[in-house]
Amino acid sequence: MSILINKDTKVICQGITGNSGRFHTRHMLEYGTKILAGVTPGKGGSQVYGIPVFDSVKEAVEKTECDTSIIYVPAPFAADAIIEAVEAGIKLIICITEGIPTIDMLRVKAYLTTKIIRLIGPNCPGIITPGESKIGIMPGYIHTPGTVGVVSRSGTLTYEAVWQLTKRNIGQSTCIGIGGDPVIGTSFIDVLKLFQEDNGTKAIVLIGEIGGSAEEEAAEFIKQEMTKPVISFIAGLTAPEGKRMGHAGAIIASGKGTVEEKIYCLRDANVTVVNNPADIGETVAKCI
Amino acid sequence: MKLYEYQAKEILHKYDIEVPNGEVVTDAEAAAQVYSHLGTNRCVIKAQILAGGRGKGGGIKVAKTLEEVKRYTSEIIGSPLITAQTGKKGVRVNEILIEEAVDIKEELYLAISIDRSTSTPIIIGSTEGGVEIEEVSSKTPQKIFKERINPILGIHGFQARRIAHKLNLSGLLLTKATNLVLNLYKAFVENDCSLLEINPLVLTSKEEIFALDVKMDIDDNALFRHKELLKMRDFSEVSRSERKAAELGLSYIGLEGNIGCLVNGAGLAMATMDIIKLYGGNPANFLDVGGDAPVDKVTDAFELIFTDPKVKGVLVNIFGGIMKCDVIAEGINQAVKEVGINVPLVVRLEGTNVKTAKKILDDSTLNIIFAESMKDAAEKIVKAVNK
Repeated sequence: MSILINKDTKVICQGITGNSGRFHTRHMLEYGTKILAGVTPGKGGSQVYGIPVFDSVKEAVEKTECDTSIIYVPAPFAADAIIEAVEAGIKLIICITEGIPTIDMLRVKAYLTTKIIRLIGPNCPGIITPGESKIGIMPGYIHTPGTVGVVSRSGTLTYEAVWQLTKRNIGQSTCIGIGGDPVIGTSFIDVLKLFQEDNGTKAIVLIGEIGGSAEEEAAEFIKQEMTKPVISFIAGLTAPEGKRMGHAGAIIASGKGTVEEKIYCLRDANVTVVNNPADIGETVAKCI
Repeated sequence: MKLYEYQAKEILHKYDIEVPNGEVVTDAEAAAQVYSHLGTNRCVIKAQILAGGRGKGGGIKVAKTLEEVKRYTSEIIGSPLITAQTGKKGVRVNEILIEEAVDIKEELYLAISIDRSTSTPIIIGSTEGGVEIEEVSSKTPQKIFKERINPILGIHGFQARRIAHKLNLSGLLLTKATNLVLNLYKAFVENDCSLLEINPLVLTSKEEIFALDVKMDIDDNALFRHKELLKMRDFSEVSRSERKAAELGLSYIGLEGNIGCLVNGAGLAMATMDIIKLYGGNPANFLDVGGDAPVDKVTDAFELIFTDPKVKGVLVNIFGGIMKCDVIAEGINQAVKEVGINVPLVVRLEGTNVKTAKKILDDSTLNIIFAESMKDAAEKIVKAVNK
């Protein structure tokens, strides 16, 4: 079992003819992901690794009946690409693009509240159900099928956590990077809800970082609704205030969004918080 | 990107928001000229730095004579200004804003920022202006009010009126403040701000409203569509390394410690800093080399760290996904060839092309300490630096 995606998920790739679109399409195909169409305006009729490219998402959906899309479109055009996918009937959108202006994302998010669709990201590594489908940029081989759900605001730090699990033969049900931007489509809470309801998930690893209050809100939800064990690490204990630490959303502003505050809330919700990022795997092993 | 007060005021002025008459100068003589132009008795001399807390730090003075204008200007300009937000060394003041002093009857607070929890722009107002809003928020939270704006619909007239009303304004001032709120929201959206704050917003006895001090932060992600704002960017307040990193397009932040870090990905970079601290060391920097940097960019990143005089050891922590480990290895080799390295170097590589990378580094004559895991890497670099 898994959440959101499995071996039958049919995917289109928006921005398939660009460098990263092409590179990751190859890796996703190698992993076994069912990518049935690509979209790049003006490149309709061509092919990438044997996959037909269309000029619009609407055309791609009509021809292939895909309901999931992964977006590699450059930041200035990414908001448009998300809306185009929604209008074409896509139900699950994974936006990898980094650097989308916040104002654009505010509008996209307000628009999405009127629709029944899920957006993951932007500025995220994507989602993987090990052994079934990989819709994102994560290295496939570090994952192994199992029962631990992983949700994170980061990319490579998630790989680090997953690798620690895999090396201990602890498999994962689904791993999701929700993204490092201040405005994102899917929150920790959204994913926690799905993991709680998923029979295939026995425990959850939640990886947060400084900035905003998503971890505090997640803690409140865990306290009220979760029965499965949650193990957490929060990055940025040594980050200075007022500096944006790589991710647009990773900033301590006016003393808010600190690691201490987040850890306090998570521990209060009975979450096992590890202080050392090297201890994530071992701690999960003890908890399950 | 943060703007200077005078830059932010220039922008607000274009949106019909009243700011005091004034000009920016870089020396005492020009200050005297501006003072004469203004034709006012009292004027305010304001140091232009990006950090807050200028008033308490001595960066804002009221001058009543030509002599005072010259004296205060020459005292402030060219000297470091130390405030609660600048750190102990302070920031050198290069520019000063000379403004007509406004006759203040009341000080209010008005700001727009992004509320991350609800993903909406939020307008924050208070009748308590002129002090830090965090202070008002902790002592008298009832004196702060908020208005969320639908980002698709934009601000409605009634919302602007409601804010003006909550600022206790009526009559002519209610109309003026309503227009000001509408214009401020327009400025916020059109300039892709992440924060636009007027503190204080002052009322005069002549029923005028002035933006006396303005803070404006622009969303870095949106700078590609604001060439005019990009021209205002100023690097004089950042360190040599940070400036160089910005030019190279690297995500870099200088810190106080002595262990240089090169990592891929922001989360892993933060976690690497954290684990160094946990094992008793101190990171010299945050550096996310990015997902798909080519060899020369990786080389530049290494050179930035290798040539930093405070660095006594370097930790490389790479989890290759998109980033290929062999690109990192080539970058290390290249950088050592170009600038040399005379401090310990600990390397932890995992992920894409890790075997090729290890072979490249093994074949080089470099004295590298290899680490098997993140924990191993942190322990080894701290030990090497403390030797």
